[in-house]
Amino acid sequence: MTANDSSPHHLQLTRDGQLRHFLTLDGLDRALLTDILDTADSFIEVGERTIKKVPLLRGRTVVNLFFESSTRTRSTFELAAKRLSADVLNLDISTSATSKGESLSDTLLNLEAMASDMFVVRHSQSGAPHFIAESVTPGVAIINAGDGRHAHPTQAMLDMLTIRQHKGQFEGLKVAIVGDVLHSRVARSQIRALNELGAEEVRVIAPGTLLPKDVESLGCTVEYDMNRGMQDLDVVIMLRLQKERMEGALLPSEREFYRLYGLNQQKLALAHPECIVMHPGPINRGVEIESAVADGPQSVILNQVTNGIAIRMAVMSMAMGGQVAERQQKLSERGQA
Amino acid sequence: MTALLDIDQLLDQMEAGLSQALEQRGVESPVLIGIRTGGVWLADVLSKRLGIEEPFGELDISFYRDDFSRIGLNPRVKPSSLPFDTEGRDIILIDDVIMSGRTIRAAMNEIFDYGRPASIILATLIDLGARELPIQPDVAGKTMALESHQRVKLRGPDPLRIELQEAGQ
Amino acid sequence: MSSVNTSGSSLKITGGRLFDGQGAEQENTALLIRDGRIAAMGEAAAREAADETISAENGVITPGFVDLCCNLREPGNGQKGNIASETLAAAHGGFTTVCASPETSPVNDSSAVTHLIRDGAASRSPIQVLPIGAITRGLEGDLLSDMAGLASAGCVAVGNGSRGVRNARILRRCMAYAQTFGLTVMFSPENQALAADGYAHDGLVTSRLGLLGIPEVAETAAVMEMLLLAEETGVRLHLSQLSCARSVEMLADARSRGIAVTADVAMHQLVFTEDALAGFDSRFHVRPPLRSESDRKALIAGVREGVIDAIVSQHQPHDTAAKQAPMAATEPGLSSIESVLSLGLELVEMNELALADLIRALTRGPASVLGRTARLAEGETADICLFDPDAFWTPGATTLVSAGRHAPVIDRELPGVIRLTLSEGRKAWPQPEI
Repeated sequence: MTANDSSPHHLQLTRDGQLRHFLTLDGLDRALLTDILDTADSFIEVGERTIKKVPLLRGRTVVNLFFESSTRTRSTFELAAKRLSADVLNLDISTSATSKGESLSDTLLNLEAMASDMFVVRHSQSGAPHFIAESVTPGVAIINAGDGRHAHPTQAMLDMLTIRQHKGQFEGLKVAIVGDVLHSRVARSQIRALNELGAEEVRVIAPGTLLPKDVESLGCTVEYDMNRGMQDLDVVIMLRLQKERMEGALLPSEREFYRLYGLNQQKLALAHPECIVMHPGPINRGVEIESAVADGPQSVILNQVTNGIAIRMAVMSMAMGGQVAERQQKLSERGQA
Repeated sequence: MTALLDIDQLLDQMEAGLSQALEQRGVESPVLIGIRTGGVWLADVLSKRLGIEEPFGELDISFYRDDFSRIGLNPRVKPSSLPFDTEGRDIILIDDVIMSGRTIRAAMNEIFDYGRPASIILATLIDLGARELPIQPDVAGKTMALESHQRVKLRGPDPLRIELQEAGQ
Repeated sequence: MSSVNTSGSSLKITGGRLFDGQGAEQENTALLIRDGRIAAMGEAAAREAADETISAENGVITPGFVDLCCNLREPGNGQKGNIASETLAAAHGGFTTVCASPETSPVNDSSAVTHLIRDGAASRSPIQVLPIGAITRGLEGDLLSDMAGLASAGCVAVGNGSRGVRNARILRRCMAYAQTFGLTVMFSPENQALAADGYAHDGLVTSRLGLLGIPEVAETAAVMEMLLLAEETGVRLHLSQLSCARSVEMLADARSRGIAVTADVAMHQLVFTEDALAGFDSRFHVRPPLRSESDRKALIAGVREGVIDAIVSQHQPHDTAAKQAPMAATEPGLSSIESVLSLGLELVEMNELALADLIRALTRGPASVLGRTARLAEGETADICLFDPDAFWTPGATTLVSAGRHAPVIDRELPGVIRLTLSEGRKAWPQPEI
């Protein structure tokens, strides 16, 4: 028996199925994910102009609400918002309010006074953006910039854009995700996106300590042996390994991890010759990936940055668009009533 | 009920008008930009008629529309594609129908984000009047007025034809 | 509480179906209550005149419900509720006896706190409150509390609330010491090292939502350890709030070997599963966590077959702020006591549980864990619940009696309206008008 219908996909779509928040890829169908990729393609073109700016969000305020600091992700969101002509406010909450014991609800109350139109939220707790989307004033769009182990939907979508640019389509693709899947919000979103977009196989390659329980239920196969797992791959995605994983007895050492699950040229040679190598960054060279591979011809790691700005412009403009369209609809309904 | 206007006649009119405008202004090597979707089809036809060999540009004005705050983002936006440098160029901007003038405003804003053109000539297949902004076409295939229940629509690309739709049909 | 009845006044309940907790259901003709006791039943009662007569038509009459696990939040800072608010909520749920969890602030680890609770109940509770003492000092899990003192102050059992005991050696000594005084020990089985930072069932939903999981083995390993230690020490063990199918199996096995062990399950474990968390609904952050559908089914079977003796509310009222945050930052627990019966009736409606089993697990079952009875018979204390199983009510966040607004079901129509709760013959619900 389910308790309610406030599952994320009801929350993030308008009645017409338009995006109004972007919290997770759960519940978004292939058509919508494709719309996001197509819209991002248009924004890539904008990025090639003399003036890399469109007036879509002119006069709107976007607040980057980072409860967990990440200069890189925050910068791409900031640039994306500015290229949409929005005013941007960066709040690094990790060092201010919450460390003084202020609750998330109280922080939000204070922020609402700023009459912002969009919060870009990064938080160390799974579900925090969802909670904010439920608590915040209607009309404010929430974009998930990574929450706990749950989801990092913009990162996953930019990876999908990169894959589509190199492979043209998702049908028939064999994709592996290697490393710390257990703690990875990126991996969860990627598995979901690849399944919805029609990839033939998603394989996760990791030791048992770095896999969530019943991981197959997410829509993937499991391979413990990387040499076997590399066979016939079209795409290999390496995940970042945090140093603290050695402490909780999850792994014996970086050296053993690299030997078994690090990507080097020998292992890459086992994949399809046109296999591309991806990494959400920042890279630990010599822990997840050999430099020769990271900088090699099959690596598409740098393309991912340009795509990151375009994807964020796409979801920000689509979610804001959903919010304004919904507000108009409500106003006209009220007018008729 | 669909009444067909003679498309070829309108295109002749546009071609003649454009040739004249280019001559008057002394423009020697113009580039064409069509506004999606109908304007792009027309740019294709007119570039051949005018003998312009340089590939024409395609403009998607979705990111520049002034009704974003009412209807949100067009979900079928495609990348604009201007396969030339607009800086200092003489541009012929083409759309199928002009009415309020808002589309043209958005298109000009977008063109300027690529660089500063030397001039823009605006050509439309049909001018329906009912302007809301001080924007006028330099060349129009036909000027006409519609009843409030009528809509006009360019279908294409092959063959191009004009549909006059009566509301409620 | 004192049983000063308005002297001589009598109450008669006529009609309705009667479940006396002993098995068979009877069509009741009448029930006469005088001086806090059931003075007469059946035709003898029907013949007698009474000061007030209540018709129980379409209703079900049962002994008042007994809750082995309820948090009254007193002593405490008052924000989450107090004895008056939570015992009234319990009466609204049909309960006439609630065991007060030792997890108060300060913890009930001394006779002084026990007296505080009993005094508070005597003056402000419409129902009976039975304190459970903390088995270790401060519930810290390493030093024994004054168990004998707690028992003589009125604690009916000792337990660890929802907190763990540091290690098996201390657990063994807790049991051995409690056994000395014949005290029942109530333990929530959870291996803290395995549960670690988790707050949700380690399963499908946790994997998808990236929540931190508590594996089933965190419970089952603790159940096994406790059963072995109980067997060895001979203590009377009560396992509180089981959540796993495997726990039920081990419990049945231990019983068949003659180990003195009883157990309960929270009603929400019988109704909801991990799926309730799908929308990050922090209300359903409970401990032990809501587990899988197969666990839920096995727990229901456990109740049906009597392996699990009692269904409890595990009522944990919280202030709004404690529940309004991302799940990891919220406190576990539901404000559940007012909807226990209704959720149970939904199970009955879906043919998952027989009404007689539901009633038994709310009355005779928990009473026997405490060495008490819950019967409708001449001469028994008049702890009685009268409810209408076919009437509906809708819990609303602002209409709950409890200070906790996070009920498992809000704004949905539920079957089962409590029409009357009598505690020692006096009206506990509806609140008598003053």
